[in-house]
Amino acid sequence: MIRVFLVFVALLVLGALKLPIERDLTALHRQEHFRGVEFNLDLREKLGQLGFIAALSGFRAIVADGLFIQANVAWERTEWGRVLLLFQQITTLQPRVIMFWDMAAWHMAWNASVAAMNDKSQPRLALRVKAQREYFALGKDFLERGIKNNPDRYKLYEALARLYKEKYKDHERAAEFYGKAAAFPDAPSYEQRFSAYALSYCDGREQEAYERLRQLYDEGPQERLPTLITRLKFLEDKLGIPKDQRIPDKER
Amino acid sequence: MANDENYLTLQRVPGRGSLGEGGNDSTSAKLMETRHRAFSFARVHAITVNTLTELTRLKVFYVLLVFALLLIGSSIFMVQFTFQQEFQILKDVSLGAMSIFTSLLAIVATARLIPQDIEDRTVYTILSKPVPRLEYLLGKIAGVLLLLAISTLVMSAVFLLVLYTREQAVLQATIRHMSAGPRGQLEDAIRAVHASAFNIDLAPGVVIIYLKACLLAALTLFVSTFATTNIFTIVVMVFIYFIGHLQATAREYWLQAHSSGVLTRIFLALVALLFPDLQAFNLVDDIVAGTAISLGLFFKTSLLGIFYTTIYTLLAAVVFYGKEL
Repeated sequence: MIRVFLVFVALLVLGALKLPIERDLTALHRQEHFRGVEFNLDLREKLGQLGFIAALSGFRAIVADGLFIQANVAWERTEWGRVLLLFQQITTLQPRVIMFWDMAAWHMAWNASVAAMNDKSQPRLALRVKAQREYFALGKDFLERGIKNNPDRYKLYEALARLYKEKYKDHERAAEFYGKAAAFPDAPSYEQRFSAYALSYCDGREQEAYERLRQLYDEGPQERLPTLITRLKFLEDKLGIPKDQRIPDKER
Repeated sequence: MANDENYLTLQRVPGRGSLGEGGNDSTSAKLMETRHRAFSFARVHAITVNTLTELTRLKVFYVLLVFALLLIGSSIFMVQFTFQQEFQILKDVSLGAMSIFTSLLAIVATARLIPQDIEDRTVYTILSKPVPRLEYLLGKIAGVLLLLAISTLVMSAVFLLVLYTREQAVLQATIRHMSAGPRGQLEDAIRAVHASAFNIDLAPGVVIIYLKACLLAALTLFVSTFATTNIFTIVVMVFIYFIGHLQATAREYWLQAHSSGVLTRIFLALVALLFPDLQAFNLVDDIVAGTAISLGLFFKTSLLGIFYTTIYTLLAAVVFYGKEL
């Protein structure tokens, strides 16, 4: 009995010793973007009991994958409400998987919004447009939250830039987010070009766009792509750039 | 067994005679006493090999291993997704399966070690020889850890094989579809496929899965030293498994004084102090998601795993020393 008591005391003492080590390690994990999921009532409500227990047992990736497959089925059936709910659960469980945020935004801003515009059960155009705008906003919200959870990766900045460009026609914001994506060391070279292209559509910022496109052009033949040349020629004409400073006409 | 050999070797020390060869009995006994080392790796090794052999003869080991391998192998059929989705699910399912099966194996295999030896009376045969109880326990746990290492290696090999096969198939399809396009685009696509498939950070992830299993094995050994049946040990370990995953939450609530009641605070403190933080070993989900694991973080997490495993093994030895057999 004394031995059992001693072991219990030893466990408590060791527990007290390990406590600061565990806390430091948890802080380090969080700092390096691990263990980002908080197990609280909010998650419990989102996941349901079984999903919560599975996630709690260390199998949240598998639970998220199961939900992702369900979301794919819901998408095939065009059940947009369910797709939204499932992606909210998936991204809560796996906030560090870029693909899930990107897919969630794509389903909302591209697929569901188009479905809302083509909804024959809604005869009023104003309401269809309103529904479409709501889906754009949902897509944007997914990407913004995704960026908040993954500020160290360029892909969601690129996705948000694409959304601004293609859905909101907001080229200024698109240029800003392409620029942010381009600032990452592992970002592909097209991010710089896309940022400059988007800027070339912004009224009042043509000079800045021209300088950036010209800089890219001067980097060499690998950057002299058809879209870049077209945009550069357009800006040269618009800004009235002297003939001797323009790029050769054969590039046109 | 090697411990018997060790004992016999002591009886046949060249030039010194052995028991019953004309030597004085008390001198020989004294000689034996001085020759018997307090700790012998040879004896631990003998028990380890024996435990490993016993465990590999268990049907449950093969059932679990085959089930895990099937689960990992089945990921190859997820071809209707894009390659990023496919690789993400393949890695999640495979590493999840590895985590589940190593944890299950650690608990199931360790839970039966001592009760089975007591039931078979093997423990009496071993401990009646000059084998300290610590060596007996170390040999037992080392056998389980070796089994876990072999299982992890086999599962990792199958996982890598499946991943490599799928990566090659996707690469060939990409080259086929994009061969007519600009060279730069093809190179970008190939790079994207490589980046989605194997990631070197998966290796430390697998090591951490193994360390979590080691921790669970040591904890199961500790529980089994005061348990009477292996069913009791397994049930207790299942509870500990769940509580261990909640330990970090309980610890933070306790230390941040979120709860008001004294009883609640005592309960949270007990959970935080008595149980290991198992969430600390669930890094593989984020590694698959692309989060890079730094060397410092890997070493600190590994050290915590080794610390827990050592502590629980030593505590098991303390309880086992007082156990009446």
